[in-house]
Formats: sequence, structure tokens, C-alpha cells
Amino acid sequence: MPPFKIDAEVIRNEKINEDVCRLTLMAPDLAEAASAGQFLMVKACRNSGVPLWRRPFSIHHVTPDGGITLLFKVVGKGSKFMSDLHKGEFLNLLGPLGKGFTLPGVPTSVCIVGGGMGIAPLFYLANQLLHNVVKPKKIQLFMGATTANEMSVLAKDFANLGLPVSVATDDGTAGHHGLVTDLLGQLTLDEEWSVYSCGPHPMMKTVARYCLDKNWSCQVSLETLMACGISACLGCAIRSSRQGGNSLQIEPYLHVCKEGPVFEAGEVAWE
Amino acid sequence: MGVTDNRLQVDIGGGVRIANPIMTASGTFGYGNEFSSFVDLERLGAIVVKGISLLPRPGNPPPRIYETMCGMLNAIGLENVGLDKFVSDKMPILRKIGAPVIVNVLGDSIDEYAALSENLNNISGITALEINISCPNVKKGGVAFGTDPAMVRRVTEAVKGKTSLPVIIKLSPNVTDITTTAKAAEDGGADTISLINTVMGMAIDHRTKRPRLANIIGGLSGPAIKPVALRMVWQAAKVVKIPIIGIGGIMSVEDVLEFMIAGASAVQIGTANLVDPDTTEKIIDGLYDYLEESGCETIREVIGTLQTG
Repeated sequence: MPPFKIDAEVIRNEKINEDVCRLTLMAPDLAEAASAGQFLMVKACRNSGVPLWRRPFSIHHVTPDGGITLLFKVVGKGSKFMSDLHKGEFLNLLGPLGKGFTLPGVPTSVCIVGGGMGIAPLFYLANQLLHNVVKPKKIQLFMGATTANEMSVLAKDFANLGLPVSVATDDGTAGHHGLVTDLLGQLTLDEEWSVYSCGPHPMMKTVARYCLDKNWSCQVSLETLMACGISACLGCAIRSSRQGGNSLQIEPYLHVCKEGPVFEAGEVAWE
Repeated sequence: MGVTDNRLQVDIGGGVRIANPIMTASGTFGYGNEFSSFVDLERLGAIVVKGISLLPRPGNPPPRIYETMCGMLNAIGLENVGLDKFVSDKMPILRKIGAPVIVNVLGDSIDEYAALSENLNNISGITALEINISCPNVKKGGVAFGTDPAMVRRVTEAVKGKTSLPVIIKLSPNVTDITTTAKAAEDGGADTISLINTVMGMAIDHRTKRPRLANIIGGLSGPAIKPVALRMVWQAAKVVKIPIIGIGGIMSVEDVLEFMIAGASAVQIGTANLVDPDTTEKIIDGLYDYLEESGCETIREVIGTLQTG
């Protein structure tokens, strides 16, 4: 019964640019149980105990042969360790964990908004949307990055799915010169959109507020520091929109590993 | 299912004998069922559940945790479902597991500790109470009960007066001399002491000059505190006659043995559960291996065998 704890063999480890890696591991049980938006806790050390905690990674893609792909930027000891793994080596995984994206129950227009490494879970989401019994009327993808090179490989992956991709870069080297959230204005207002988003907190806040204002469904995938990933430590609390009043009667916090990492935009306190 | 026989049985005071010395530390194992995918829960020496207060507590604002070198800081703020919901929702699940259930109790006044102990006394399926005295004493300006030997004794006496369940007093390491609070718990009638709770610590982001925890300070746990815990268990073992449960950064069979050599009759696994949720069961299996390899008949032979000569 999931979640599973397994040693998964490295099938492929590609550097898609200077500091972003795409790591594919063989984990059939886990792949079968996983849905888009769920995450894994990865033991990113070789028995040294440094770093102590596992590292949470969203599932970037699942392949039919039981492969699971993680997309990550090398930022510290754990991700450096993972970037150095070779084919045939093993990595200990815990998962799938948390609550993933809820796919639309009726045909609707879908917009996916990703910023930086937040694009990671949205690729598997796009795949699941395309293969869902309920077909979206259309899928629009907005993708933000600091510079063109950071995301060109991924933009191609999404385009290969047949999705229209609009890009925004901070330095103007590709697409719109500015914020990815500037692109939200492209969404026609005469229809109701289901928006899915993952990225830096300020970006998701803008997306959430934009959608809440228009009464559109909006799901966001949040990130926090996380020790266990299995709702044992309660360390990954975030403020819920239900705060206020008698704090004993209501639950002012949500836990990213349990009630999330995917939340309805309206559940979260966007301060 | 691994081996089960009486070679790992240990006595933890108050007439309680558990199948093996491996218990879970409060606050690192939820209410047990969070770990059912990873551990055959029935095999655990005991499950110590997340601390319970009279009323539900929402916990502290985020960020609540921070990773440090070989350890972690937490200021969860004792988030818990409260006594009523614990009894109605959590106890039925815990009873089914089959392992002894030890309920960790927390309060901000002596009255609250006493009321909780009285209420839990008549709930079936509870093997013992563990009293978390590291909480701030609201009536005494927030100084932790656990740092004042006189208060330790008073809390212990108050709890013992309200329950017939065995009482474990969980000691704070944030004291000058652990032997005084250990002795105070024994004098107050404790059946067992468990130590150590987390060590107060702090982390700062030098770029923003802000604390890493919203609560500013928090409790340090993990391998970083193991030497402190071992030292305190050894010191406490020299002054009390009641059994000791060792806690602090235990990750492996070797760590368990070290605590038992220092004088602990059993141990609690804490932070390790967060990293590898199957740690407890792996260690239980490892203890059987140890008996085979070392030639010991039982694990009890190891307790208090530190050689200092």
C-alpha cells in the first residue's frame, strides 16, 4: 500500500542547462500510484546523514514503463548529490505523498502557469489532463523564467504535447519581457478558466488573486521546508484563509505535506 | 514479520514490561497510523503519541522547523487535537494496533496536568502516561516546569495523585544539573523518567538578520544532541533507582546500545522517524542480530554496563 519506501535505480540523469537536472528513476509501484502534483521525499545523501532531512521533489513526469522523473535545480548539498548520480546507482525514495491536482470533472478551458522550477509538476499535470477521460476544451500554458536558456528544453517538451506555450522572461531573451503573470490578461474573459499554478510565492499570489477575483477555479502547488513529508512532525504548516476568530475552534494552519502540496487558492492566506 | 520472543523484553517501571526497548518519541510519530505503511506497528516496544493538551492547540506560526548540522530545530508549538478528539478519534485506532500506547501529556498549569491525568485514567488501552514538563508554566511567567526541581516534584505528585497509570516524567535538558530534576521526579513518585527532551536552540539568516523560526527559538533534536543526551542519562542513572528511557538523536542499533550501556532500560526514537520512517522496526531486527553476534542472552544484560575503570 502506498506510500512506498524504495531504492530506485537511476535510468538517466541529464543536465538540461548549467544547473538544472532531469533525473529519471525506475520505480514502477510508485509510478503507478502517483498522480500529478504529488511529491516524493528523496534521501539525498549516501548514509552520511548530511543533509539530515530528505528533500521534497514534485513528480515531473511518469513514464509508462515505470520511470519517475524529477526536475531540479542544483542549489545545495542534497541537489548536488542528486546531480552527480550515474545510471545504475540507486536513490531512496518515499512516496507518492500529499494531495495532488484535482482534474476538472467537466470539459473546461485550462490554463497552466509555471514560474522557474515550479514548472516541474506541471508537465505531468499537462500529460494527465491530456489523457483524462474528461478532455479540457483547450489548454493554455504560461511559462516564466529568468532567461531563455533556463527553460528552452521544457518549452519544447510542452510544445511536443501540442500545447500552445507563451513565455515570459525577466531579461527579455524569450517571449514577453516581464512577469509571467502579465500574460494572464491574454485569457479571454467570456469563458470560465480552470487555472493550475506552481512557482515562486509572489507569482502564485498574483495568480491566486487574479483567479479569485474572477471566480475561476485555481489550484496552486506550494513549497515549504519539510522534515518528514508524512504529516508526523507538522513542521510544514502554512497559514490558512480560515484564520481569525477563536483559534481553538478553527484550524488556522494547513500542512503542505498532508492537506497539500496542492491547495485551492481560496484555502490559503495570501499575505 | 520478524522474530518475536522475550529476549528483548525490558521493564520500564510501574510494572510495565514491554516486548523490546524501542519506543517512539512523542511528536515524531503522529498518532501511529501515519507510519503503518512503513512499520509493523504491533512490533514496537511502545508508541508514545503526540502530546495532548486539554483543549486543541493550533500550534505556532510558520516557519516552524529548520535543518541544522546533524540536527533540526522545531517550534511546532504543541499543535494537537486536544483531549476529547484524541479519546474519540485517535484512541480507537491506537487500540487496534496492539502495541502499548503511552500518552504524552502537556499543560500550562499544574491543574491542567492533573485534569488530563484524571481524564485519561479511565480510558482503556493506555499503558502509561508520559508527562512533558518542558512546557512553559503560564502562571509562573512562562518558565518551564522542567527546569525547577521543586516544580518537577509538584507536577509529578499532582499527576500521580490523579491516575493509577504508571507515570513517566520526561525531563528537560535545559538545566544546569539533570540529577536534581531526575531526583525530584523520583521523589515525587514517578515510575520512570525519560530524557532528554529537545535542547533549546536558535538559527539566524545572516542576510536578512531574521530568525529562521517564527518563534525565534526552538528545540534542537537529532544526532547533534546525542552526546548531551548520553551524558545526562548516565548522570541520572547514578542517582535514581527507577528505570530510565533514553532519548536523543538515536539513529541506529549502536546508538541504542550506547544509551542502554549508559543506564537506559529502553529508548525512544525521534528525529530518525522523520528521515527514515521504518527506523524503529529496522532497529528491533538489529537488536536480535546484536544478541546473536554478541552472545548476550537478553538485551537486559546490557543495561548500565558502562566500564569506567
